[in-house]
Amino acid sequence: MNAGFARLRGGLSYQGMSLGLMALVASAALVLANDLTRERIAEAEARDLQAMLAQVLPAGFADNDLLADTSRVGTEGGGRLVYRARRSGQVIGAVFQSSARGYAADITVLVGVDAGGTLLGVRVVKHVETPGLGDKIEVGKSKWILGFDGKSLGTLSVAQWAVKKDGGVFDQFAGATITPRAVVKAVRSGLEFFAAHRDEILAGANAQ
Amino acid sequence: MNLDSIKDGLWRNNVVFSQMLALCPAMAVTTSGSNGLGMGLATTAVLVCSNMLVAAIRHLVSPQVRIPVFVVLIATLVTVVDLALNAWLHELYKVLGLFIALIVVNCAILGRAEAFASKNTVAAAAVDGLAMGLGFTGALTLIGLIRELVGSGTLFAQASLLLGPGFRFLETTVVADYGGVLLMILPPGGFLVLGLLLAARRAHEMRPVPARRAVSPAPTLA
Repeated sequence: MNAGFARLRGGLSYQGMSLGLMALVASAALVLANDLTRERIAEAEARDLQAMLAQVLPAGFADNDLLADTSRVGTEGGGRLVYRARRSGQVIGAVFQSSARGYAADITVLVGVDAGGTLLGVRVVKHVETPGLGDKIEVGKSKWILGFDGKSLGTLSVAQWAVKKDGGVFDQFAGATITPRAVVKAVRSGLEFFAAHRDEILAGANAQ
Repeated sequence: MNLDSIKDGLWRNNVVFSQMLALCPAMAVTTSGSNGLGMGLATTAVLVCSNMLVAAIRHLVSPQVRIPVFVVLIATLVTVVDLALNAWLHELYKVLGLFIALIVVNCAILGRAEAFASKNTVAAAAVDGLAMGLGFTGALTLIGLIRELVGSGTLFAQASLLLGPGFRFLETTVVADYGGVLLMILPPGGFLVLGLLLAARRAHEMRPVPARRAVSPAPTLA
């Protein structure tokens, strides 16, 4: 390194310029990276969502593209996103999210129901419950979540929509009651949401 | 090839066991051997790249503003890696995604940029990054394996998710129908295991050395 450059490098203007240049290069790199990856990431996320939706509906249940057939229903937070499942144009079921406060934070579940409001499948999509205790709500760790299949507001009374400790029909886990209680609550409130907006969701058939 | 650099990274000046850096990710993700391994490998990749970049621009950056320049450089690099993984290796990203974001706050990377890469050639910096990264990987995998073994009675559970189906053979259930020790899976378990490992390392270092053999100088902390 020659002396001239060393003197220049020690100057305030060089330092400011180099910081600015670095910021410029960094922003350019980020813009470029974002541009190159945006479409592929969106595609991959759509695939993930598709796979998730397929889990809460029986195979071959619907013949439409659920991702393209959505509507916002209800009033809370600008409406809840509902994916409609159709067969030959007729709405025969719906998938939507529901959540309730768990042990550490909200537990979000994806709920699939048929047109009559009977549960076709439930999966937990987001939770931060204690590993080893509360994470049995994940289908990969325990079959517990499958116990909701076939249940509806009609088959169980309000009191039965609870964990066994509270007089209901759903198992709690050893050492973790709050977590399954929250999932049961989230599923029940999801079913209540569907019951309250059933006509609107099913009417989607004629609207399009 | 600088052998000292490699020894430094793997053992003498190990990121976790000697420099005591990067303890946040070391505690947070080492709930299983697979997680520790994943975090370690992702960090190694970023560390090699960041070390090389820092070494390449070391003459251009004036000492007064080097820290912000390195921080911006590392943050950009990690973000680009994060986006690229998400786009092209999405399955891997779903497992590693959490770790990538954590690398931004990994002080070991800035530490190596500052302590080594900014004073050495690109090639030396790459070797240093690789050695330090592998040392970090080893430390995290070891902590993860101990916590996993005591906490859930398995070793490398779900390794095939992380490394591909070819690595299923790593997955072992040591104790079937194990009740589990929750303490080891939760954060305190990380501190306990790290403390015990550090004690073991000290005991090993302080063992009586036969008089004839030359004593290697104690590592100086960066």
